[in-house]
Amino acid sequence: MARKITFRQAIHEALVQEMTRDPTVIVMGEDNAGGMGAPGEQDAWGGVLGVTKGLYHQFPGRVLDTPISEAAFIGAAIGAAACGLRPVAELMFIDFMGVCLDQILNQAAKFKYMFGGKAKTPVVIRTMIGAGLRAAAQHSQCLYSLFTHVPGLKVVIPSTPYDAKGLLIESIRDNDPVIFCEHKLLYGLEGDVPEESYIVPFGEASVVREGDDVTVVALARMVHFAQQAADALQRKGIHCEVIDPRTTSPLDEDTILESVEKTGRLVVVDESNPRCSMASDIAGLVAQRAFKALKAPIEQVTAPHTPAPFSDVLEDLYVPSPAKIEAAVTRVREYR
Amino acid sequence: MAAIHKITLPKWGLSMASARVNGWLKDVGALVKEGEELLEVETEKITGVVATPGGGVLRRQLAQVGEVVSVGGLLAVVADADVPETEIDAVVADFRANFSETSAAEAKAGAEPEKVVVGGRTLRYLRRGQGSDVVILVHGFGGDLNNWLFNHEALAAARTVYALDLPGHGESSKDVGTGTLRELAQAVAAFLDAVGVSSAHLVGHSLGGAVALALAAAEPQRVRSLALLASAGLGAEIDAGYIEGFVTAANRNALKPHAAKLFADARLVTRRMIDDLLKYKRLEGVEASLRLLSERLFGGGRQTTVLREELAGLHQPVLVVWGSEDQIIPVRHASGLPPSVRVEVIPGKGHMVMMEAAGEVNRLLNAFWS
Repeated sequence: MARKITFRQAIHEALVQEMTRDPTVIVMGEDNAGGMGAPGEQDAWGGVLGVTKGLYHQFPGRVLDTPISEAAFIGAAIGAAACGLRPVAELMFIDFMGVCLDQILNQAAKFKYMFGGKAKTPVVIRTMIGAGLRAAAQHSQCLYSLFTHVPGLKVVIPSTPYDAKGLLIESIRDNDPVIFCEHKLLYGLEGDVPEESYIVPFGEASVVREGDDVTVVALARMVHFAQQAADALQRKGIHCEVIDPRTTSPLDEDTILESVEKTGRLVVVDESNPRCSMASDIAGLVAQRAFKALKAPIEQVTAPHTPAPFSDVLEDLYVPSPAKIEAAVTRVREYR
Repeated sequence: MAAIHKITLPKWGLSMASARVNGWLKDVGALVKEGEELLEVETEKITGVVATPGGGVLRRQLAQVGEVVSVGGLLAVVADADVPETEIDAVVADFRANFSETSAAEAKAGAEPEKVVVGGRTLRYLRRGQGSDVVILVHGFGGDLNNWLFNHEALAAARTVYALDLPGHGESSKDVGTGTLRELAQAVAAFLDAVGVSSAHLVGHSLGGAVALALAAAEPQRVRSLALLASAGLGAEIDAGYIEGFVTAANRNALKPHAAKLFADARLVTRRMIDDLLKYKRLEGVEASLRLLSERLFGGGRQTTVLREELAGLHQPVLVVWGSEDQIIPVRHASGLPPSVRVEVIPGKGHMVMMEAAGEVNRLLNAFWS
């Protein structure tokens, strides 16, 4: 762990190391190369937030710029995966999945099952999630629960540079389609990342912080908000156990249940809308499987059931905050 | 003038910023000797004990059980019985007036690990202290230089002390070549060359002890003394289940029972310690290196190289330290050694004796060298 790099650099490094190791790994998406209306071939933005910058010249012929047609290039990536490549497709915003949903949930997710295990689809779809960039209703959603719902897909949601690199390497090597969700406001986050290649396995939650009083399960950017809340609560003598599932499909149910067996209290923090969300899913899991351990009703801290607002003021209210998490923890702690 | 010792929270490892006080081992008014353990504290990574740098009476406990203290913060005051209370109060007040958490953390941060390329391999090491006497700390199988976090600073008061990551370990290159003891000993000799040290006191733990012993046998002129802690190479027996379990464990639940065997007190194995071990094991190349080393060194569940004869032939001073409750390599390997070898068995402690009995091991080593 000799050096600190950003979340963005960690993802870039995972791509470089896997493309170096395995010639079947290719990268495709909008503005990965060329783009911007410039003539000829050049290294462009490297995707909308610069993650793939530099790959175009480093791996000639293996970084493909695509038209702005998600249905076409996600379909192409899935087809290429079925035929032996390991494509990493960048689909700017998870909000745009709607236009290629059949390719993902009816084709990629079903191949292995419908072809009796003879087909594999090792495609990774990297996509941005989350509010906070003032990007309004069509560029701010956290739709990971939509994909978690579909059997045959794996859903990965890293919150740290270390996890981003290890989980992306695992995603590329995995033989099933993976939806890899990157929170836009985490790209600049720095953390310790080994220079070597390594993996973080799916279905293994990270216990970010240990505590005996309240279990807080959080995803993506919310992991950091939960940590801030836990810091403030510790000064008041309340010790939170903060759990980051890291992947929602598969979900590490045991780590969550074991923690609630210990604390008897659960707060789930999820930036997405509340209905049929990871918050409601995890709350349901615990209510069913750890009911006897519960000492208080489960609290869910989520965005409201509305689109992400364009107004700065309203967007700040829309996203769960450390203060809201702190209040929820306090409520379950004080419940009699 | 009567001595007043201020006991502050040490920094164990680069990332440590604070620790929680788990409990006091000595009451106010207790008579304590230099190096005696005063309290137990818990960081995110590890539970450790803080010892007093000098003897006297424990005059003040300045942190409550459960309190979180910053690195460098004042924990206790030890002073002779005849030092007046007012003088103790003045020392505490003076410390608190001048203590700044950030500057203390920076001052305590100390050296950072460095890297050197030796024979095509990168070796990571941490150097502390100054002085013409040089000490090299060599960790065991699956360990790294952080295994010495309770010892490194305490041993470096009057010496230059290097802790290194063996090939295949920590942040050193994962290539272990043939995976033999000779290969590892040569890597340590090449490291000595690279840092410009002609001869040194070697301290080896477990596999690191066998490596140190092999180096002393092959190049005796480079080794001024040997300290072997729970050392491999002194008998054939080893807990084969531990070696196999450590190599194959792929997740927390699989690794935890094996890591627990390293300590007499299994509570010392924190979740962070397990997580850090898993992070290491998941680095590309580590599993293959550990597999090769375990086959070469512990093939068939026994230690393949026993160096008792080589030990008998050495002219350097040798200290052997063992925890009586070692579950990995039996403490009876400390028996029947040549009479010139000084043997210390520490009761109630396990395989990671330099962590579990840090104060005592530090005291033994410092006395051994002086």
